[in-house]
Amino acid sequence: MALCLTGGAARALWAALGLAIFWSGHARAQEKVLNLYTARHYQTDEAFYTGYTKATGIKINRIEGGEDALFERIKAEGANSPADVFLTVDVARLWRAEQAGIFAPVKSATLIQRIPAQYRDQDHKWFGFSARARVLAYDRNKVKSGELMRYEDLASPRWKGEICTRSSSHPYNLSLIASMILHLGEEKATEWARGVAANLARPPRGGDTDQLRAVAAGECAIALSNHYYYVRLMRSQQPEDRAVVEKVGLVWPNQSDRGAHVNISGGGMLRHAPHRDAAVKFLEYLASDEAQTLFAKGNNEWPTVKGVKLGNPELESFGQFKIDALPLAHLGKTQAAAQLIADKVGWK
Amino acid sequence: MLMTSAVALRGRTSRPLAAARLGLLGWVSLVTAGLVLAPVAAVVSNVFLPSETTWSHLVATVLPHYLWNTLLLVCMVAVGVVACGVVSAWLVTAYAFPGRRFLEWALVLPLAMPAYVMAYAYTDWLQAAGPVQTAFRALTGLAVREYWFPEIRSLPGAAAVLSFALYPYVYLLARAAFLDQPRSAIEAAHLAGYGPWGRFWHVALPLARPGIVAGTALALMETLADFGTVSYFAVQTFTTGIYRAWLSLGDPVAAGQLATCLLAFVLVVLSLERAHRGRARYAGKPTPPAPQRLRGWPAAVAAALCAAPVVFGFLLPAAILLELAASEPQARFGARTYSLVTNTFILASVAAVAAVVVALLLAYAARTVKSPLVQAANRLAVLGYALPGAVLAVGILVPLGKLDNALAAWMREQFGVQTGLLLTGSMAALVYAYLMRFLAVAFQTVEAGLTRVTPSMDDAARSLGLSPGRALARVHVPLMSASVGSAALLVFVDVMKELPATFAMRPFNFDTLAVEAYNLAKDERIAEAAVPSLLMVAIALVPLILLSRQIAASALARKALRPGNFIANLNLRGAA
Repeated sequence: MALCLTGGAARALWAALGLAIFWSGHARAQEKVLNLYTARHYQTDEAFYTGYTKATGIKINRIEGGEDALFERIKAEGANSPADVFLTVDVARLWRAEQAGIFAPVKSATLIQRIPAQYRDQDHKWFGFSARARVLAYDRNKVKSGELMRYEDLASPRWKGEICTRSSSHPYNLSLIASMILHLGEEKATEWARGVAANLARPPRGGDTDQLRAVAAGECAIALSNHYYYVRLMRSQQPEDRAVVEKVGLVWPNQSDRGAHVNISGGGMLRHAPHRDAAVKFLEYLASDEAQTLFAKGNNEWPTVKGVKLGNPELESFGQFKIDALPLAHLGKTQAAAQLIADKVGWK
Repeated sequence: MLMTSAVALRGRTSRPLAAARLGLLGWVSLVTAGLVLAPVAAVVSNVFLPSETTWSHLVATVLPHYLWNTLLLVCMVAVGVVACGVVSAWLVTAYAFPGRRFLEWALVLPLAMPAYVMAYAYTDWLQAAGPVQTAFRALTGLAVREYWFPEIRSLPGAAAVLSFALYPYVYLLARAAFLDQPRSAIEAAHLAGYGPWGRFWHVALPLARPGIVAGTALALMETLADFGTVSYFAVQTFTTGIYRAWLSLGDPVAAGQLATCLLAFVLVVLSLERAHRGRARYAGKPTPPAPQRLRGWPAAVAAALCAAPVVFGFLLPAAILLELAASEPQARFGARTYSLVTNTFILASVAAVAAVVVALLLAYAARTVKSPLVQAANRLAVLGYALPGAVLAVGILVPLGKLDNALAAWMREQFGVQTGLLLTGSMAALVYAYLMRFLAVAFQTVEAGLTRVTPSMDDAARSLGLSPGRALARVHVPLMSASVGSAALLVFVDVMKELPATFAMRPFNFDTLAVEAYNLAKDERIAEAAVPSLLMVAIALVPLILLSRQIAASALARKALRPGNFIANLNLRGAA
């Protein structure tokens, strides 16, 4: 009886092992592939993947997931990880990944020459391919021109009960708070965050689009949002979306001083990448004119490479604006401090 | 086999060594529980690591608030699920009223609707910029801040959504318990002069208590683990604290420690439930009385009370999603949709079968092998249900990655083969994760079914010379087929809706409906997310309707439980 069961158990074990090999094996075969872990999940990104495959003949396997879970997965998979490239939508995550030592430096002349130093790691471990500006949206009926020019204005008592924003723990807000810390110092940034928290029209909830809609509905006069959510409403076919755009205007903040705060979407090659050539080619492809235009065309983001055609009339309609010149790596380093401040002042 | 049964028999008379008493079944169940428990252990192990200043910061600033919110949410959901689940279960079992036949099975439909999807739908519908308030403003001429409107994105809003999404657990278990109540007890109550309320309060409710408590425990564990709904509603709970420590403050150790606190709390709740069940032993002749016919107002009230959870938990959100999907030009079906459906279906089926097999094994071992070790292992094995999915996923990834890398090194040294990672990123690992997470659902359901098989039946089976294994196959499984089926269907539906573990652990190029819906919703494209959400609901409907029918048909199973039939059954099968 015991023997027979052991035999059965052993057979089951081998069968399970066989299945596991079958399931995971094909992702590692020697064919020309690129294994991509990405936190980007925009349907328009399909265009990159087909564009890359067309240009290089390399097929892309991909897992789209939360950046933190993917990051943990890469760490857990260790030396045998199948992942070649990791893409995120927040610079703090890139910084944290770099600190954890999961990226390998990519000394590509193309990347270094095309991507401005502000948007990449100084050791070439990660590169930012698209920029997202944190802008101020306002009710055209309630806010007069000149009243709202800078992030600092959000803390003014003039806007008591008039500001809508998402949670402080969202990376887009954390990186903004981090930039305030870097520019104003911790003490003044805390005061600023306290002022913003005191001006909130309602407890933070929802995403950026919800804040824009709240301004249009009259719940508040001002909202913080990433620019591309607004552009998406501009390009929408739905009449109620375009009604929002008619009621809500955008301010590019701090144009007379340091410039608007931006975060990036970017990525790097992993230290244990099994397909290094394919990985470098993929990063270089993302910096190409073709892919950079796709960032603007597909998801309304700003290309980080200078002088690229946008192919997006709505995005072009904003014209040129001044961008905060802070190296983005510093934002990643300051993010935890930003959360501490937000918690302290009660910005939920 | 003979030996195990001999050991089991001996266990009743003498006290042999614990190891000898465990027997094969005991060992197998211990090892299984250990495997299921490994990720929880990985999370708990953080307790022994030094954390940075995160703790003191969290305690000084936000943690008390999070704790208070969590406590409020848990209490509100407990009240909500019991109110919806028990009242409707009692009404459809004890009374006949118009619409009862439909409501009887429709009451489980909200299980098809993931709570986070319900949250998207209601928010879109009820927020200031949504259709309801816009219509209200057009009607009254008031502006946004000139009137009061209940805020859906709030603690009560989250409690309402979670209650509507989770009450079917209570409904299912309470209804099964009401159906199984002996007619004699109800009739005795009638003779003793109890009115309808008295019969419910003093007889039916106490008899059904184990089922109700078990269902509530499931609902509350899911509430504690929920992140999708509460984060969408910006309600900051203990889980928010875990994520904040891990993601914003970059301190996974503190996150693991916080998760351990959550687990300790769950353990306390579960022990209470266990103690409760321990006292309430019941096994009688289960023949429920014929439902009493209601007419006029009472019938209308009963119908309305039972219809309300179905309307708010299923019909209304489904209608909102349909409307959203229909108005969205970007929402389309295609080859991708087909692969999403297939992937979802395969994953959920495999996980459901696996969970039921393991649950049967554990529950049966706990019953046969009277060892405190096995009992304790079972208690712990279901803990994964209360862990936030993403925390659990990390808990699985870390030990699995170590094992996998060791395996790869071993294969390289022994055979010179470059295997890479065999387990991580495989379907098997994902099923393991689901098992971790949803074993509680299968286990609670199977175990509740097992308690309905009276101990005297075990004795009868044994005295007829059946070994524990055969007793399981010939006596328990046929008698329990209903609860085994329910367990499988519940796990199927749960796995289909599961998000964080699927998100973190799935193989390359493998998306499910839940992943697609979440990706679109996270990108703030709620209308486009409506299509995969609706498909998810549609697929979940099939097993749920099966489940309802099974419960209705379980009268057959009850017949088999009558002592006379039971012995005859045994003899026939024994002879064959």
